Amino acid sequence: MKKNAYFGLYIVIAILIVLPFVLPNSFYMDLVIRMAINAVIVLGLNLLIGFAGQISLGHAGFLGIGAYASAVLPTHFGWHPLLAMGAGAAVTGALAALVARPIFKLKGHYLAMATLGLGIIINIALRNEAQWTGGPDGMAVPAMGLFGFDLSSDKQWYWVVALLLSVSVWASLNLIDSPFGRALRALHGSEVASQVVGVDVVRYKVAIFVMSAVFASIMGSVTAHYVGFVSPNFADFFHSIELVTMVVIGGMASVYGSLVGAVLLTALPQALATFEGWETVVFGAILMLSMIFMPKGLVPTLAAKFGKGD
Amino acid sequence: MSMLEVKDLSIHFGGVKAVQNVTFSIDSGIVYSVIGPNGAGKTTLFNLITGVYKPTTGEIRLDGEAIGGKSPNELATRGVARTFQNLQICMNMAAIENVMVGAHLRLDRNLLKAALRFPALKRRDRELREEAAELMRFVGLEKYVETRADAMSYGALKRLEIARALAMKPRLIFLDEPAAGLNPKETIEVDHLVRKIAESGVTVVLVEHDMKMVMNLSDRILVLNYGKKLAEGTGEEIRNNPDVIAAYLGTHD
Repeated sequence: MKKNAYFGLYIVIAILIVLPFVLPNSFYMDLVIRMAINAVIVLGLNLLIGFAGQISLGHAGFLGIGAYASAVLPTHFGWHPLLAMGAGAAVTGALAALVARPIFKLKGHYLAMATLGLGIIINIALRNEAQWTGGPDGMAVPAMGLFGFDLSSDKQWYWVVALLLSVSVWASLNLIDSPFGRALRALHGSEVASQVVGVDVVRYKVAIFVMSAVFASIMGSVTAHYVGFVSPNFADFFHSIELVTMVVIGGMASVYGSLVGAVLLTALPQALATFEGWETVVFGAILMLSMIFMPKGLVPTLAAKFGKGD
Repeated sequence: MSMLEVKDLSIHFGGVKAVQNVTFSIDSGIVYSVIGPNGAGKTTLFNLITGVYKPTTGEIRLDGEAIGGKSPNELATRGVARTFQNLQICMNMAAIENVMVGAHLRLDRNLLKAALRFPALKRRDRELREEAAELMRFVGLEKYVETRADAMSYGALKRLEIARALAMKPRLIFLDEPAAGLNPKETIEVDHLVRKIAESGVTVVLVEHDMKMVMNLSDRILVLNYGKKLAEGTGEEIRNNPDVIAAYLGTHD
């Protein structure tokens, strides 16, 4: 870890401060907010995939739990949105821990399989429990009230999300360059070597999986309140894949790669809208080409090219 | 009382009896070598004692406590360190971070404190970096302190593993062929290094094919052949043991 790793954080913060003053209209404002939300999710997912080397194919399911907790609990039970968000995160964390513990006792990539199944189950549950969730049609989410005033305008949301993103980048950088983070990277690099120096690999894998799931749940809640509406599509398998793709394209085990991946893949569908009907094909082609020519992801590849470590 | 006692230790992989009824004990503070032809079960024995494999039968005691079947990370808490014959280096990390991770159990590993960058943690990490650099100098890797692990030579990585193991501040260290694949000059350096480690009070268990090094360093030697104990004794006794000579050189019948 280079000493200047935090330099990127200052750039991120500077960009976040300047952006709202240069964005031409609310369309771009909305796009940037969604990029930032995705970036936070991808940061958490990259800690799991890139740093710890464990793959989750069900992260959209965790997003869904958070989002629906924020929709259902305030609507049907009158809970405060923050309390609902906390409840969603707690349920997600408990569920992730419950699933992860037995799986990580096995050797191999069973987590990918298990989370794939878990994500699909969550999605089906959200579709079928129509009396609570509105079924396939989704449901409206009440506004988020923070300390007496409602978060409603894009501007307000922007600053909240920008703050969340900055803190997440900072926390991720801190975590990676700490005893906990070194243990995570070590178990990815050589599981047996990390074990013989005393790393309880099951515990660490569970911890980072739960943490990234809770990250996703909280950002699911944030998205739900921001958009004002949730539907089961938000929690479906394709969204999970999209998140994993952001990690891989941006660069595994790269904090700034997570941001780049999230920004690019959030913007890409908009940019490809002109291809009408072919956008999925073009999207797929871009992913394939970037994987062929930059298997390590954008940021690590470019960093290596310009002779700087990440 | 011996530090490590192994009694009737066996492991079977399907029909293959890789280690069979091996019994020996190691006193504190000595250099104990395990030798034998390729495939004799030396590394398997290491894997059994360090918890990588679980024994089929038999007993392993460390300071009287039964440790057979305990996981490697539990053994690490009891001061057992090891290196690997086939390198186990975290290539995704800097060389010095590989050493720092060796100190894992001596650090505050709290996730929240780490994420929030508690000053005490950062301070400890800075000290640790100094410690790790010192250890790298100790094993002769001073010029690699700022290097990525994947940019280092094979011989350097072998020593990096030793530095990582030493970062645990172990009482008992298992070195699995530390000189394998090294040139004569490097071998002599490793020889000196093992001696330095032993002199610092750490009990050393060594698997090595370089006989000069083994005879030079060992207080006692265990000879394995086909998973069984062939002989045990001082270097002198082993050198003159007819069974050992037969196993190594073959016999005329």
